[in-house]
Amino acid sequence: MEHAVQIENLRKEFKGFTLKDVSFNIPKGYVMGLIGPNGAGKTTLIKLIMNLIRKNSGQIRVFGKDHIQHESEIKSRIGFVYDIPHFYEDIKLKSTASAIAPFYPKWDQDLFLKLMNEFSLPLDKKFKKLSHGMKMKFSLCLALSHDADLILMDEPTSGLDPVFRQELLEKMSQIMLDEEKTMLFSTHITSDLERIADYITLIHNGEIIFSSPLDNILQNWGIVKSEKDLLDKTEIPGLVGYEKTNYGIEILTSDIKTAQTLISSDSISEKATLEDIMYFIKKGETHA
Amino acid sequence: MKIIISNASQKPIYTQISEQIKNQIISGDLDQGDPLPSIRKLAQELQISVITTKRAYEELDKEGFIDTVGGKGCFVAMQNKELLREKKMKMVEDKMLEAVSEAKLLGIELKELKEMLTLLYKEEE
Repeated sequence: MEHAVQIENLRKEFKGFTLKDVSFNIPKGYVMGLIGPNGAGKTTLIKLIMNLIRKNSGQIRVFGKDHIQHESEIKSRIGFVYDIPHFYEDIKLKSTASAIAPFYPKWDQDLFLKLMNEFSLPLDKKFKKLSHGMKMKFSLCLALSHDADLILMDEPTSGLDPVFRQELLEKMSQIMLDEEKTMLFSTHITSDLERIADYITLIHNGEIIFSSPLDNILQNWGIVKSEKDLLDKTEIPGLVGYEKTNYGIEILTSDIKTAQTLISSDSISEKATLEDIMYFIKKGETHA
Repeated sequence: MKIIISNASQKPIYTQISEQIKNQIISGDLDQGDPLPSIRKLAQELQISVITTKRAYEELDKEGFIDTVGGKGCFVAMQNKELLREKKMKMVEDKMLEAVSEAKLLGIELKELKEMLTLLYKEEE
């Protein structure tokens, strides 16, 4: 399988936070969702790929090339959306676009105008006059206007209303018709992801918990609910975290099939959502 | 081709897709040789991931319902009528098996189950 991005033993140390030698690949032609609680390292990871902050050690290859040695060539093929868009405040949107366009050999002005129209963005308004949602849309519009092969988005749906989130997902699945395109986006609104992402990478405290096809995750992870305290007598396979209440216990396992065969009939098992997984991993940590 | 995906269903999305296509082939709504939308096209239209669609098609291919022609896409496979009937029979058998195990759980005896079946069969007519 060809990879659009390869990350090996990537390390970044900050005061109070370390991205701990993470490794994973983003297969070309697919959508990867990067999820994790606030402060897990999602933005750090994306900024490292873009070389906006310096790594301490490790290697990042984009389109098979070192991301620092071939920085400008690589960046011209990336569409990037920051979690908080920053553009010149006092300049009209159309002028911002014409300032940015020359950096991209494949800039498509017609496409840009079409997107601006689709997203109902006013060309003659100044950036500072836009609402947060509109700033986000404008940033997306720029990222999608130069036929980028890799689209990196840091929390693109935060601050957007459900209608636009839906429109964005439509746009994304339209882009993915082309098997040369690859997408990575981080989010903590996981319901956005559960249908469109091919792969999910879960990051927690600067470590990768898993990076695998979404279908596998949804198939293998599950929640067992019971009135009895199952942990007393049975070893639950794939136990990740649990929560006890006055009325019973809920357990998250990464091996629901085996777990199901072991537990008694008075407990029930359910599919786990990505949100469940994030929540219980956080829980599992506090038990340890 | 019609496909409806339910988020509330316990069945994984790829199974929902492959089952619905299968049913349409068996019922004759999809004829042999009919082209299926490409994997990426279907993923876009249903707004689901490419891997999920791929998996649904792989399943159909494995079971002989569709043929994958490299570079051209997927087509409804030539179905021999007997094979199709057999597959339908198998589906009936599976459903009956389900009913039988439920019945056993409830302690319903074979005689009683037969009576229920006869009653239902006649009602349908």
